[in-house]
Amino acid sequence: MDDLLNAGALFANFVLVPGISYGSQLALCALGLTIIFGILRFANFAHGDVMAFGTMATIFATWLFQDLGLTIRPLPTALIAMPAGIAAAIGICLATDRCVYRFHRRKRSPAIMFVIASFGVMLVMNGLVRMVIGTKDRSFDDGARFILKVREFRDATGLQEGLAIKVSQGLTVAVTCIAGTLLFWFLQHARTGKAMRAWSDNEDLALLSGVSPERVVMVAWLISATLATVAGTLYGLDKSFKPYTYFHLLLPTFAAAIVGGIGHPLGAVIGGYVVAFSEIALTYAYRKFLIYLGPEGWQPEGLVQVLATEYKFAVSFIILIVVLLIRPTGIFRGKVI
Amino acid sequence: MSTRGMFCLAAMAVLLVITGLGQSWVVALSILNLCLISSIMALGLNMQWGYAGLFNVGVMGFAALGGIAATLVSVAPVDAAWDIAGTDLAWTGITVFFTVLAVILVRRLMDPGRWRMAATTVVLLVGWGVLNRFFDPAVEAIESVDPARTGFLGGLDLPVLLGWPAGGLAAAAAAWLIARVALGLRADYLAIATLGIAEMVIAVIKNEDWLTRGVRNVTGLDRPVPYEIGLQQSSRFQELAASLGIDIQTASTIAVKLCYAGLFTAVLAGLLVLAEKALHSPWGRMMRAIRDNETSAAAMGKDIKARHLEIFVLGAAVIGVAGAMLTTLEGQFTPGSYQPLRFTFLIWVMVIIGGSGNNWGAVLGGFLVWFVWIEAEPAGLWLAGHLLAIAGEGSTVAGYILDGAPYMRVLVMGLILLLVLRFAPGGLLPAQPRRPA
Repeated sequence: MDDLLNAGALFANFVLVPGISYGSQLALCALGLTIIFGILRFANFAHGDVMAFGTMATIFATWLFQDLGLTIRPLPTALIAMPAGIAAAIGICLATDRCVYRFHRRKRSPAIMFVIASFGVMLVMNGLVRMVIGTKDRSFDDGARFILKVREFRDATGLQEGLAIKVSQGLTVAVTCIAGTLLFWFLQHARTGKAMRAWSDNEDLALLSGVSPERVVMVAWLISATLATVAGTLYGLDKSFKPYTYFHLLLPTFAAAIVGGIGHPLGAVIGGYVVAFSEIALTYAYRKFLIYLGPEGWQPEGLVQVLATEYKFAVSFIILIVVLLIRPTGIFRGKVI
Repeated sequence: MSTRGMFCLAAMAVLLVITGLGQSWVVALSILNLCLISSIMALGLNMQWGYAGLFNVGVMGFAALGGIAATLVSVAPVDAAWDIAGTDLAWTGITVFFTVLAVILVRRLMDPGRWRMAATTVVLLVGWGVLNRFFDPAVEAIESVDPARTGFLGGLDLPVLLGWPAGGLAAAAAAWLIARVALGLRADYLAIATLGIAEMVIAVIKNEDWLTRGVRNVTGLDRPVPYEIGLQQSSRFQELAASLGIDIQTASTIAVKLCYAGLFTAVLAGLLVLAEKALHSPWGRMMRAIRDNETSAAAMGKDIKARHLEIFVLGAAVIGVAGAMLTTLEGQFTPGSYQPLRFTFLIWVMVIIGGSGNNWGAVLGGFLVWFVWIEAEPAGLWLAGHLLAIAGEGSTVAGYILDGAPYMRVLVMGLILLLVLRFAPGGLLPAQPRRPA
């Protein structure tokens, strides 16, 4: 019985808890991406850099608040700095929309021109973030580090294996739940949210019913930038901030959005967890886990790891390919293919 | 080529000459060499995007595949590794062969549906299990052979020039696989899938040490041109340098770079001639027709998917050749140096700025963008130096400016791309429909 519990604790510590928090972060990223896809109908390659930009602004605000002595211990200061980051990200998104995308929208350029334009936006933001904050790792979490420490868990349960839950992980889940609920409430019940869904379903019909295109687009950017900043800040609190990693989050984010059905918000959330859990579960070494579960004295050969940790990103790619092969519309029948 | 094209290319040449006179000829020639390689990559991407409207964001992956192919063709085999791991590797190969065979059989013989999917999965899992039984010990054995110097299987010990077509073939094979999956879906999906395969290729190259030596790099590749040291020792070259009045070291460096430039120019010229011929042939017309209106082309009886597959593989092969040339020029294979910014998005900027659909435009874009990319760094530092004078040496602001200067060029590239898209969507040399005489 103890062995079973030990195995469970081990699994929870290394797969379940990290998976839930990483999955929540990916879900937020993918939501932001999928909203833009639903409304503006293009894959926004600049999304990773919007995240980096918003997080960078949050970090600066965090530093400012720390200097002023404004902290909310035991929670990280970044939490109260986030609105500043969100505002900055919204600002830059609306500015790029005004300068770049609106022109192509008016011209009714094909979707692919939007994607290329998003390359340009990506490069600009990429350079901007690196110029302003540099390429180094920045860690900006303060306040308490753990909700549950390994030692506390062991003392409380008497198990050999420990379970730790970081504050950032708890925060991630809480913030994701709040943000997700608000977003779904907005899309289901608010007037603008309904207009957005109508627009996503059928542009012409929505136009005929008096939906204002510029307004819908603006709100889409607002939501996308907010979600990107929140996701980026949570990811940065959980790991650390590095512009390079944010660019590389693009692939798992795309994978999550496509797995769920691109353009479909609920799909993006599910897709985020699917990608995160596959990534972690496939690169975890199950050796110790199996030792607990197996018969006494038995040891599996090797690490019992499906893929080396270095192939973390390959998992998103494999999921992407499998989905494209088997069900290109994703779990929830996303937009037209 | 139009007069405008002539003018632009001449201006490009003048820029390079100014660099040669202003900085040094060694710098100008190294820029020229990389300009040539970039143009070839841009040419490849232009085939995919400009001729056919296919969206490839995996240039980095195809270039890296070309590089690794050139490396593996040219380095000497590590006999010790083959000796101890040969049998296991052979069994691995046999397992792979039979697994693939079994999968094909299952998919041929069974009716599509849930059962076929389950059977395929089972076959793959069994194959994977058996594979690991032989493969893991083989990898361990190979990587333990003198890890400081080798630790990988080595290559074929063939002339490195043979690596160039091999690089093209490797990239083409990967392109064929990805195209089979992602072509025919909506265009952004191809973009995302190619972005993925590029990351995947780099991950494999970085981590499969038994094959590629991973991040420990393969250095000291063969050269298709003479070595500087050899030139310096030859009496005829010494006389030549003396008669030109250049010191022997500079002269040998320049000579080697010129040799490379000659080789690269030959490849570029060859590809350019072929590409121009193809673009203006009935085949090229068909490609443009498909790009401009798939439905009507399909109504004319053109096989859209097959043509797309064809051009995607061709373009990737050209990029692969360029990747192989790059590795040859550098004389080493360094997986860590493959960054999507430098290898994918920069090439895209080249094609868009040069003029998508126009081969000369791609070449010009390759030259211009690479030139700006390289020269923006000294220019940025120069600008930073002046700003420093104002901000005061040693201040925090000064440190920030100096750290940020190199990233200025990424921003500038993005801005240029956006401006071109908005104000001159055809690029510098827009593709012009050729009217019948």
